[in-house]
Amino acid sequence: MNQKKLILEIKDLYAGIEGKDILNGVNLKIHEGEIHAIMGRNGSGKSTLSKVIAGHPEYTISSGEIIFKDKDLTQLEPEDRSNQGVFLGFQYPIEIAGVKNIDFLRVAVNARRKILLKNELDTFEFEDLVEENLRIVKMEKDFLERGVNEGFSGGEKKRNEILQMALLEPIISILDETDSGLDIDALRIVAAGINKLHSDQKATVLITHYQRLLNEIKPDFVHIMKDGEIIKTGNKQLAIELEREGYENFQNPLDKNK
Amino acid sequence: MTKNSTVSKVLEKTYQYGFLSEVESEKIPKGINEDVIRLISTKKKEPQFLLDFRLRAYKQWKRMDEPTWANINYPKIDYQEIVYYSAPKDIEKKKSLDDIDPEILKTFDKLGIPLNEQKRLSNVAVDAVFDSVSIATTFKEKLAEDGVIFCSISEAVQEYPDLIKQYLGKVVPINDNFFAALNSAVFSDGSFVYIPKGIQCPMELSSYFRINSGDTGQFERTLIIAEEKASVSYLEGCTAPMFDTNTLHAAVVELIALDDASIKYSTVQNWYSGDKNGVGGIYNFVTKRGQCKGRRSKISWSQVETGSSITWKYPSCILEGESSVGEFYSVALTNNKQIADTGTKMIHIGKNTKSTIISKGISAGHSKNSYRGKVHIGAKAIGAKNYSQCDSLLIGDNAEANTYPYIHSKQVVSNIEHEASTSKISEDQLFYLRSRGISNEEAISMMVSGFCRDVFNELPMEFASEADSLLGLKLEGTVG
Repeated sequence: MNQKKLILEIKDLYAGIEGKDILNGVNLKIHEGEIHAIMGRNGSGKSTLSKVIAGHPEYTISSGEIIFKDKDLTQLEPEDRSNQGVFLGFQYPIEIAGVKNIDFLRVAVNARRKILLKNELDTFEFEDLVEENLRIVKMEKDFLERGVNEGFSGGEKKRNEILQMALLEPIISILDETDSGLDIDALRIVAAGINKLHSDQKATVLITHYQRLLNEIKPDFVHIMKDGEIIKTGNKQLAIELEREGYENFQNPLDKNK
Repeated sequence: MTKNSTVSKVLEKTYQYGFLSEVESEKIPKGINEDVIRLISTKKKEPQFLLDFRLRAYKQWKRMDEPTWANINYPKIDYQEIVYYSAPKDIEKKKSLDDIDPEILKTFDKLGIPLNEQKRLSNVAVDAVFDSVSIATTFKEKLAEDGVIFCSISEAVQEYPDLIKQYLGKVVPINDNFFAALNSAVFSDGSFVYIPKGIQCPMELSSYFRINSGDTGQFERTLIIAEEKASVSYLEGCTAPMFDTNTLHAAVVELIALDDASIKYSTVQNWYSGDKNGVGGIYNFVTKRGQCKGRRSKISWSQVETGSSITWKYPSCILEGESSVGEFYSVALTNNKQIADTGTKMIHIGKNTKSTIISKGISAGHSKNSYRGKVHIGAKAIGAKNYSQCDSLLIGDNAEANTYPYIHSKQVVSNIEHEASTSKISEDQLFYLRSRGISNEEAISMMVSGFCRDVFNELPMEFASEADSLLGLKLEGTVG
């Protein structure tokens, strides 16, 4: 158990936006091969945590560290974090009009390949690669010719996120409410994709409100976030309890003394 | 110290054509008067009709006032401080490329326009204009096999005076506007294209304009004639060294398309735009107009405007022939303190004439970018149609974008559609692309090319990617 390598360690992280504190001392350790689920109510800081890890410029870190493979990420640009192998699946993937999905994917993949010391792929080589990966998310080829997320349905946007995850081969994938807005069939496709892409050398973090995603992807750890802190950590059983009893019954053990 | 060198590095990157070539040139004294005009005409051994044309234009110009525009302010130009003719020394004697000053050939090499036989572009014929004169025109003989004439306008004046006499100043009259009148009086060189009846020009034609002297105005003149059922695609490119003074560039371009003829005219304008603070740069005050004279004739303007400190240009179409078609596709990018006021005029005169306007303006830094366009449907233009789309993209918080569409219709049976939009590159879009490993600058240039895609699709293949990378270069250092 202790043999497993540490991939991500968050130490006492405080961060916020425009002077408002959102994360109030987050601590988290993620090893290779692990799947973590972070659950919590709206406004508990789950999404903020994911954006801070990915380096969204609107958030300021006041203290703490984010150590990814022995390196502190906090000073790196978002693109460098991605190139090092950190992937954020967006809750609301952004539309970029006029930029063809396939062109965007190729530029992104080649940026990552450069770091991995792999050769740059030309248009034809990339087409082959992307076609293989399209099967993972069960998408048609015409999906590549459209503008990035432009006019995509909710389900298509989320599948496009998983396609990016497949192509970029990240070491850690943080998926922010990838299950929201999906019908049960789309949820299964997305979940199957995530399971397929997970491996012993990688780590996956699922941020979700609901237990239903966790029926499809079995987490090793479940964390409950409240007021910008992880207040409880358990296994799959914790998610089931949470579903049954609601967030109300979970309190920060430190608050109980007050 | 470190900071300074970073800044200059960015500047160098932004404008890689800012070098000055050491070429001995022959200039006439600065200033303008009748004697100067006579001198230019004599130097070029022009026929009397052309001297008369110049003198008439000069008289008109003297009576005209320099225009002012709502969105353009610049220090008054002293027309007596400009040199109106500058030519590399002894250019008249040169017969072949071997005799041309190697410095000049090197200049064009550096600009990516090799002129010598081995290196030249395989399917593009090039007319290279250095300061006031045409240096060389490639593939002339090959084009002549089809009867296509492609040469400098000075040469055309000598060799084909009848064509010049028939068409020069017919689309843009000498008194059309202040700068057109000035050009008509002092124009030095430019390109001439004649496509005979029924001929599809077998290769792309291209003129490359290079200003080298700092105090010399460039007044080039281009005339393109497509006879019945003829077609041609023509591209012009332009660059200049970096000077801290402003240089005036006042060109006139005239296009004439007869029955079923088509002319596609593309411009990649990259004159020096001045430094970050707006010091130096070219004043690009240009008159471009095409006349769709014949039935079913077509004139299509596409332009990528990235350079110059001030650009003032409205490539226009006079749709005279029945069912003739005018098109205008434009990308104008301004950065730092650049100002661009550009657009088109579509004048519908004939029945069932059609025009399309697609304009994409990108404003970054502290620049101002305006679309100004006019669609006029005349009383006889039954069934005329126009579609206009003007989109603006803002980068950062200090740039300005304006749209001034003027629409006049005297014909009830006509259809005019106008769409406009303004958008901004959002932080969230940038973050999304960056979170996929794409750098800030690359992310912006991707979004900008996406924004311009409709227009890039209209550029000749060879130049679409060049235009794309040019925009990328121009945007370096805009954000961050």
